[in-house]
Amino acid sequence: MATTIAGQDRLRAVTLLSPAYLWLTVAVFLPLSAMAFFSFLSDVPFGGRDWHVTLDNYRAFFETTTYATLLWKSLKLGLIVTAVSVIVGFPCAWVLAKVVKGRSREALFLLVILPFWSNSLVRIFSWAIVLRGNGVLDRAVNAVLPWDVKLNLMFSPTAIVIGLVHSYLPYVILTSYLALQAIDDSLIEAARSLGAKRRTILWRLILPLSAPGIIAGAVLIFVPVVGSFMEPRLLGGRLGTYYGTVIEDQFVAVFNWPLGAALSFILLAVVLAILAAASPILKRART
Amino acid sequence: MSNAFLAHLGRAYVGLILFFLYAPILVMAAMSFNASEFYQLPFSFTTDWYAKLAGNREILSAAWRSVWIAVIVTAIATSLGTAASIALFRYDFPGKRVLQVLLFPPIAIPWLITGTAMLIFFFGIGLGRGTPAVILGHVALALPYVIVVVSARLTSFDRTLEEAARSLGASPWQITRAVTVPWILPGIIAGGLFAFAVSFDQFVVSYFLSEPGDSTLPVLIYTSIRKGFTPEINAISTIIIAVSMGIMLLAARYSNFGGER
Repeated sequence: MATTIAGQDRLRAVTLLSPAYLWLTVAVFLPLSAMAFFSFLSDVPFGGRDWHVTLDNYRAFFETTTYATLLWKSLKLGLIVTAVSVIVGFPCAWVLAKVVKGRSREALFLLVILPFWSNSLVRIFSWAIVLRGNGVLDRAVNAVLPWDVKLNLMFSPTAIVIGLVHSYLPYVILTSYLALQAIDDSLIEAARSLGAKRRTILWRLILPLSAPGIIAGAVLIFVPVVGSFMEPRLLGGRLGTYYGTVIEDQFVAVFNWPLGAALSFILLAVVLAILAAASPILKRART
Repeated sequence: MSNAFLAHLGRAYVGLILFFLYAPILVMAAMSFNASEFYQLPFSFTTDWYAKLAGNREILSAAWRSVWIAVIVTAIATSLGTAASIALFRYDFPGKRVLQVLLFPPIAIPWLITGTAMLIFFFGIGLGRGTPAVILGHVALALPYVIVVVSARLTSFDRTLEEAARSLGASPWQITRAVTVPWILPGIIAGGLFAFAVSFDQFVVSYFLSEPGDSTLPVLIYTSIRKGFTPEINAISTIIIAVSMGIMLLAARYSNFGGER
């Protein structure tokens, strides 16, 4: 009797689960496998084209320095954006978690998180309007400062960093806030009453305890920034060639899908390595 | 430095962050009401760009397409996601951890990789680009969010309620409909709003999967910006950002996301 009930339950579990997971299989896991397969082809295997299995696409990555340089450039961009976001975002999370209280905290927190859930493309576009030569920022700065300044930020690496920090800053504020909220105030009180200086409390108590949250936020920022292409395109102009934009080109301009697949797959390997390295910390951050 | 002074400094800092986050959006919104085509100041108020927008068939049809794709995606992702969440909550079975971990790749892998992989695979199976491909892709991106949000709501669900219903002779379907779903309804609504936002704001995956001339609104905006700015794009962008922020405010009301519980 017990076995038939278990069997029924298993049937019900499968019925409830399989639509969602079949969908994920068809739309995510099979495509990722197909991409891996494609990266070893000489040409696309449809439209009656000749194709054979080859390592040429990976050879292209390793034999010339072009792609590796661009990947490095994207990784550096990821590091800069992540570092700036953490340095700017952590104090903000601290104030929200430990200084502001009650309903105003709730409202402020929501205000910080809200832009993150709005359209990222539109937000990058809004920076293009603000940063363009003789644009709003130029005029505002010149109205304040007595001497003439030409900022010329548009189409520069700085513009890309500003746009990306704007896009991903809420991530690190969110994760740091959650970690900081979990720190018991009485711990900080105890340290203070034992005579610990502010700096000591920060370095020996608060940062170690909130490290999982900070690192979780950092990973959540770093990974998409390394794969970004729209932001460098719109804010970087001619200087906006990054690893992501080269992948985009293979699929929408050059139509070298196998090379694009190989480049994507190398990026995926880098991303998975980072996620795997951070996964013990990420797991701790979630609990 | 006194603590009160530091507290004021801290609040001022949060204010500065909010200024950084909102100022460009407000500038964009203001410029959509500015008469100059090249964003020249001084500012002179006009609603011309919105009037022009109302007559721009290309933008309007893309906007309409974005909306109904998001509605379909929301319906599919919410129902499949809720079913999966209930199963993950109710039953224990080997491999459950694996199923939970499998929800993370669609969230964690950059959309550039997921999007190009979908493009390759959908061409390989003969589906190609177009609206069905976009819907297929969006649902996959939205599903993990729905499952995470609904599962979070389920953790506060009292299992003994299901057992009580079962001991009173209710079938599993009756239990689900009359006990479980009403309890987790706020979670389902929040998950649905997340799904809508993921689809409505999605650019990267739509960009690779939509047919030229048959694109969603974000894709149309991207191609227009690359050709050159127009205040019409400002106007539609302002509307989009207002819509997506409104949706997220609603989602915040229905889920515990943000603030204290």
